[in-house]
Amino acid sequence: MHWGVDVGSTYTKIVSIGEDGEIVEASTIETLIDQDEKVYQFLSGKPISSIVATGYGRNLIKDKLGAKVISEIQAHAKATANLFEGCSLIIELGGQDSKVIQLENGYFVDFRMNDKCAAGTGKFLEIAANRLGFSIDEFGDACMDYDKELEISSMCAVFAESELISLMAKKESAKNIGAAVHASIASRLSNMAMKFSLGGKVVFSGGGAKNRLLKKMIEEKIERKMEVAPNPQIMGAYGAAIEARLSSS
Amino acid sequence: MVSEQHIKMWESLDINTELLSKMVSAAVKRHEDVFKTQSNRPSSMDYFDDFWANLQTGRIEELQEVKKAKKPLVGTFCIFVPEESVTALGGACYGLCSGSPASIPEAEKELPRNICPLIKSAHGFKLLKACGYTQSADFIYGETTCEAKKKTWEILSKHHPIHVMQIPQKKDKKSLELWKKEIEEFNEHIEEVSGEELTFNKLKDGIETVNSKRDALKRLDKLRGFYPDIMPISGKDALLAMQISFVDEPKRFTQKLHELCDELEARVEQKVSVFEKDVPRLIILGTPFAAPNWKLHDIVETSGAAIINEESCIGHRYYKDNIDTSSATSKEELVDKMLERYADIDCACFTPNEARIEKIKKMIEERKADGVIYYTLAFCHTYNVESFLVSSALKEAGVPFLAIESDYSPEDAGQIKTRIEAFLESIKNKKVG
Repeated sequence: MHWGVDVGSTYTKIVSIGEDGEIVEASTIETLIDQDEKVYQFLSGKPISSIVATGYGRNLIKDKLGAKVISEIQAHAKATANLFEGCSLIIELGGQDSKVIQLENGYFVDFRMNDKCAAGTGKFLEIAANRLGFSIDEFGDACMDYDKELEISSMCAVFAESELISLMAKKESAKNIGAAVHASIASRLSNMAMKFSLGGKVVFSGGGAKNRLLKKMIEEKIERKMEVAPNPQIMGAYGAAIEARLSSS
Repeated sequence: MVSEQHIKMWESLDINTELLSKMVSAAVKRHEDVFKTQSNRPSSMDYFDDFWANLQTGRIEELQEVKKAKKPLVGTFCIFVPEESVTALGGACYGLCSGSPASIPEAEKELPRNICPLIKSAHGFKLLKACGYTQSADFIYGETTCEAKKKTWEILSKHHPIHVMQIPQKKDKKSLELWKKEIEEFNEHIEEVSGEELTFNKLKDGIETVNSKRDALKRLDKLRGFYPDIMPISGKDALLAMQISFVDEPKRFTQKLHELCDELEARVEQKVSVFEKDVPRLIILGTPFAAPNWKLHDIVETSGAAIINEESCIGHRYYKDNIDTSSATSKEELVDKMLERYADIDCACFTPNEARIEKIKKMIEERKADGVIYYTLAFCHTYNVESFLVSSALKEAGVPFLAIESDYSPEDAGQIKTRIEAFLESIKNKKVG
């Protein structure tokens, strides 16, 4: 069995695939102190041919597990290229960052990531949803029928929150303010995407890909339809498992 | 290590001795973590390691001797300040402390938060009285190469004597005329301070001394970057030597750097490399790395790549050109030649600055680099804006390109590491695909 371990900041995702490349097992455990030990225990007794680690904690666990390490960008690219033949661009909105990855013949050749702050990330979406009284899962759908275009101009999550508050003070409706938040993230992501060639298939990935309004707004801006990656949370671990299978053969 | 004698000297320079002692310990520790953990370092790096350990003690002591001999001590932040003239009259012209995050909170009491960390760090060192170089300087020579700097001088002048040299923003004839006058005025000022005339012979000697230093740095550049299969020295070690070139006595530095280069030359012959044969070899473009800003080098070289050049002011931009004295017969002609060399510096403060792009392409080609990282200190608008033109030209030429913007704080190291690792993977993917 080939294992991919994606040590994220909140959760560690573990995926195994067989020799045929099919997913056998996918699990999620919390990322805590001494995570190398936790993952080691999780895997003990299981059949292991090869392991690849990815995610922000990849270097933390590699020694204990004897794992090879790849970046999360490489991992996402592998997983997406595997699921979507002919994909040339991945737009990913994660919890802590957002990125655009360009693929050529299934290999990623270039990428861009957002700056080190929360602007244009899932975290920003979450802060705004909380402020407006929505859960993150319903946020997009709840704002889908907005009837007024408002503007959130700040790229900084902290300043954007104060913009949000002043819109609330003007008695703008929650769905319209919410739509403006979506539009600001969509514009940031599509600006990043349009620095690359949009020739082939575009795939929307990461937790944000589940948000229909965001998807619609990005599609309008880049003037392309996007396909949505399934199980965005485990894509990194899945890509690592694919790499594990490849590197052992 | 810091002795009682050093503490006394620091006190005489109105240094915050307790703080500087702490900073020295931290700097020594950081140097050990970053440099001594490398394997197979050239033994001639000992000199530079020792120099670093004595940065605020031994070298500051030497500078006091220069001062006693009534020669000028000139602190700078820019390679446009004519160190040749100061050297010519027996003074010392050196770079000031400006590479540490530790002094920034203090600076932010007087400066805005969102300006370049180099300027904030330098200003903070003055406010904290925690840099022997700043405290020893008879005056600081500022320049007008960016907005943040030129306005900071107005505030810094409340704490230390400052002169500001006007560097033009274009390289047309009337700008060069102004620039020449600025160099002449600088020379007159140095003459005034040292009470000595800057004669043709003295200026020529000063120029030759600095030319020799730059020649030695060029030799290092060749040895680290022109042999695709052999890298006899790490980028980190080469950077440390370069950073020291801005504070050390130039003649001794030149000799010590040649000793290092001799060792590297032997390594090249014996095919001794400090990196695996197939590691990606990268050139860094952009803003300077003032010591102890080793963050990017450390991340890159612990992620499986080698840095073979810095196209920075602390780097290639500084040593790429020499001042040709061969045909000059008068002091004025020497000044013309100085200007010629200074005007060849392709700082992003100039508009337009097209020569830089052509130079970068040539640098990549000569060294067969696998990719470039464009490094911008946060809020350095000139280099940051110019990165678009550079990246477009390099993408067209098929050169893998990564832009990194960072300040001195350690907190973004993880994010930078992820980007660097992914960049290295993309370089490998390109080779496969």
